[in-house]
Parts: sequence; C-alpha cells; structure tokens
Amino acid sequence: MNFRRLQSFFHKEFLHILRDRRTLLILFGMPLAQVLLFGFVLSNEIKDTNIAVLDQSKDVESIALTNKLASSGYFHVALTLQSADHLEPAFRSGKIKMAVVFPPQFGKQLTHEGSAALQIIGDASDPNTATTLIQYAQGIVFNYGRQRASSQASAGPTIAVQTRMQYNPEQKAVFTFVPGVITLILMLVSAMMTSITIAREKELGTMEVLLVSPLQPLEIILGKTSPYLLLSLLSTVVVIVLSMTIFGMPMRGSVLLLALECILYTFVALSLGIFISTRANDQMGAMFMSALGLLMPTMLLSGFIFPRESMPWALQVIGYAIPATWFNPIVKGVMIKGIGLEVLWPQTMVLLGMAMFFLVLSLRNFKDKLA
Amino acid sequence: MLLDPNSPSQNIIAVHQLTKKFGDFTAVDAISFEVRRGEIFGFLGANGAGKTTALKMLTGLLKPTSGSANVTELDVVRYPDKVKQCIGYMSQKFSLYEDLTVRENIRLYGGIYGLSNARIKDKTAQMLAKLNLEDQANALVGGLPLGWRQKLAFTVALLHEPGVVFLDEPTSGVDPLTRRQFWDLIYEAAHQGVTLMVTTHYMDEAEYCDRVSIMVDGQIKVLDTPRNVKNQLQATSMDEAFRILARPQNTAS
Repeated sequence: MNFRRLQSFFHKEFLHILRDRRTLLILFGMPLAQVLLFGFVLSNEIKDTNIAVLDQSKDVESIALTNKLASSGYFHVALTLQSADHLEPAFRSGKIKMAVVFPPQFGKQLTHEGSAALQIIGDASDPNTATTLIQYAQGIVFNYGRQRASSQASAGPTIAVQTRMQYNPEQKAVFTFVPGVITLILMLVSAMMTSITIAREKELGTMEVLLVSPLQPLEIILGKTSPYLLLSLLSTVVVIVLSMTIFGMPMRGSVLLLALECILYTFVALSLGIFISTRANDQMGAMFMSALGLLMPTMLLSGFIFPRESMPWALQVIGYAIPATWFNPIVKGVMIKGIGLEVLWPQTMVLLGMAMFFLVLSLRNFKDKLA
Repeated sequence: MLLDPNSPSQNIIAVHQLTKKFGDFTAVDAISFEVRRGEIFGFLGANGAGKTTALKMLTGLLKPTSGSANVTELDVVRYPDKVKQCIGYMSQKFSLYEDLTVRENIRLYGGIYGLSNARIKDKTAQMLAKLNLEDQANALVGGLPLGWRQKLAFTVALLHEPGVVFLDEPTSGVDPLTRRQFWDLIYEAAHQGVTLMVTTHYMDEAEYCDRVSIMVDGQIKVLDTPRNVKNQLQATSMDEAFRILARPQNTAS
C-alpha cells in the first residue's frame, strides 16, 4: 500500500465524478427526487377518498351514518346514486373508489329488529386500497352502531376497543418509504455506480494500463470504491435530513449506530459492485446486471414496497439473500423504534457475513478477470 | 558499441520456454527469445496467434504455465512489482483518460509511478514543449485529435523513464502521416536507450523494427532482422513474408 499512489488515484476518481453531470445527478438528484416522490406521491394514506352513496331508505339512520362517513375525513361523498344500475358506471368512470348501499327500510329494521344490513362495495382493481377503505368504513359503521346502542338504555355490556398505532400513530407512509429509499440509494450508488465505473475502465482499456502499473489490485479497488463510499454516505445524510425536516421522521435511536450500520451495508453493496464489474465486460453489461440483479430485488423483494409476509414462500426465501432485507429493519428499528444492537444484532451479523463473503469473492475474482 | 552483444547484461528481455495454457488450449507454446537494450523489437502475428497472451505474461498481467521470463534482468513471476516499476505500457485502446486534461493525465501517471511533485512539474513542462502542446495543457484530452492523443499516450508511457516499453498496436486507426511521426518518437526513445517491444498489424511498420518475430499458433516461426526474414522466406516484402507464414496450411479457415 502506497499513500502517494492512492492519493493520485483518488484525485483522478473525484475529477471523473465532478466532470460527469450524469453521475452527479444520480448521486444527489436521484435521492432527492425519490424521497420527495415517495413522500408526497406514493403515500397510501386514506384522505378524502371519493365514494358514492346509494340510499334506498333515506331515513334518519341512513342519513346520520352517511354524515358520519363524510365527516370522518377519510371519505368524500362525490356521488349520490338513485338506482343500483348506476353503480357499475360510477366505478367504471373511476370517479369513486367505494360505494355504500343502504337497502330500503334500513332505519326501520334497525329500530325495530335491532339489526340491519348495508353493503359496502370496494373497487378491487386496486386491492390494497380497497381493503384499507373497507376497513375504515367498517370501523365507522361499527362505531356508529355501538354509540347508538349505548345511547339506548336497553343496551347490554359493550367492549370498547381502543387502538393505537405504536411508533407511527399517524400512519405516515414516509416512515416506511424513507428506510426503503436509503437501502435503494446506497445500493444504487455503491453497487451500480462502482460496477459501472470499473467496467468503464475495462471498456476503455485504461484498466490494463493500471494493472501494468505499480498499483496493487487492492489499491485499485480502494481507489475506485472509496470516493463512492464517501458520496453514498453523503447522499444518505441528505435523505435522512430531508425526511426529518420535511416529513417529520423521528430519530429515536443512536445516530452513531445508524451511521455504522450504513457503512456496513455500503461495504456489502460495494463488494457486490466489484463482483459484478469482474463479470461484466462493459458499462452496459454492468448496468443491466446491477439493475436486474440488485436494484429490482432490493425494491420488490426486500419488503420495501410489498410486505414480505404476503409473498409466496419461494420469493421469501430469495428475499433472505438480499442485503436490504436485513438492512431495512435496522434503519426502521433505529430511527422509528429507537432500538439498538441488543435487538438488531442478528441482522447486523448477517450483513457482516455478507460483507466478508462478497469482499473475499470479489477480491479473488478481481485480478484474474480484469486483465 | 564496444560491449559484446551476446553478454547477458545486454539482453534486457530474456524469455525461455515460456508457455501459457488455458485448459487444453496452448496459447503460447514454449517460446524463447532475447531482446537487446535499445532495440526496437517487432512482435508480429495474426489475431489469436498468441502475441497478446505473451505480452500479458511479460507485463505481469498473466502468470505463465511454465517457462521463465526476465524483464530488466528481473524474473516477472518472482518480482512482478519491481518489474512493473521499470516498464512502460501503451495498449491498443487509448490509455489516457479523455475526461481529464493533458496536465491531469501526466500528474496521475506521475503519481502512480511515485514521481515527486517537483519532478512531475519538470517532466510536464518538458513533455508539453516536446509535443508542442503548451496551449492545450489544460484542455481535456478527449478534445485532442487522435494523432496527438497517441503521441501524448506514448510520451506518458515514458514518463517514469522505463527501461522497456511495450506498445500493443499503438498505431491502429491512425492516419499514415501521424503513424510516421509516431515512429519518429519511437526511434528517438530507442536512441536514448529505451527498449521497445511493438506489436502491429501494419507490415510497413515491421520494416522499421531492428528485429521482428512472427508468431503462428503460439510458436515463434521466425525471428531475425526484417531483411533476413524476407531473404529466408524468399519474399519481396514483409507483407508477403507474413502471409507465407501466417497462411493457414492444413486447415480450411
């Protein structure tokens, strides 16, 4: 290891990065766009969703319940339908996501028989949203029934259920997306950018010149990866600060622990990037391999967007091999729950193992495959 | 020169029974040759004849399967790091960074070869003056004409004053006039005692070499001065000599 050689190499690497507008854009524009996008647009919060009401009863009870739904803040009664025939066209037009149907005699049945049925129809072309909407509506209907019952003297004992969403009482979607975005960005910058920049030297032929020079393979790897390690951590800081200031994401645990875990995860990503670059012959190859092999699984299988619990068994198993699957709970745990290594040590150990495994693998491959 | 040309110290490259096998395929088949100090040695052969593999072994990029190679009197297998410090290399692809300026490229390679800052500064000034590139010192290399870039790449390969410089098809894709100028630079370096080992596809360039070897199927079929090679094969030009040797004799393709 020779400091002077390394220093010259770092200098060159920073010049490459600073002169390439696309690299800078990916390093800093991408994280910014992703946080804002996921924070504002991709939220799965329910707010003022358009619904239709088909009230065939039009009595005190049905009107009171409709008002309850409308005043909850979750729903907005956009359409008042006159006939069941209008339901289908309303859903088709996309104006509504849910419909509530009161049968004739709804109020009468409720008062005289003590029970009545109503129908809630959800637009299941988007099943996740439909399920959530129906759950919210059911909750409101259930509450209404209970209040009504308890206001009458004849009511028997009732159980009051009080729910609380621990750690994220407002159920902000950003809380799940920010950790996901961090895993994605670190993977993108560290693995993809490193593999591309090494593949570029191979493609251009400069790698041969470097390998013939007194630079050691380890020095080349260090020189190529350290700038990206630094920059990816910098863009992580940008993401975290943004999420805290704009979206009110908490930082309940140790910042130091989070920083160390980020560095550990970055090491895994970097060694994956080096490994890919030893396999790919050009920049395009490196890009496809890291996009398909790393970014897609990180996004789809790690539990970032889709919950792992609802995945088929085989996909869950594949998910275990993805570093983000282990890193995601760490970020969530530290930032939102405020827990430390006493809980997160298994995930940390897995990441440590992955880092060692891929680092050894890529170092062994590096010299043989690059020449 | 008064020195005995056969004395071992005159041989800056000494290759003995050098072999490289990839599985069942023998890319380089027990080649032996010597290159004298200050010589321009042409290393010819068709694509796939094994010259790139041989060059990779001489520069420490590949480990030989068997045999030995001494470069600047050092065994390349045993002392790869010392050898690397004493050799220069210019690949057939462009070996400088196009998104760095002329000055930055020189600084980078100076730093990699351990030159002091003061020395890099001196060298930079010398090189820029020699190549008439003073006005372009802070221009990106990518914007220079191809001929200038190749000349610059060669000069950068000489930056750390190596004993041997390996040039792997340095003039491919360069116009004839620039090729001629490029060879002037090669002659100049040879006069200063630098040994040059050149691979090329241009047979007129082979005539410029002091000695040439022609590789066929991993073996060196002929090794002599261009004139003797032509006489030996009863060819009127190097081009013809090359075709006589490299022509597939038993196989159809």
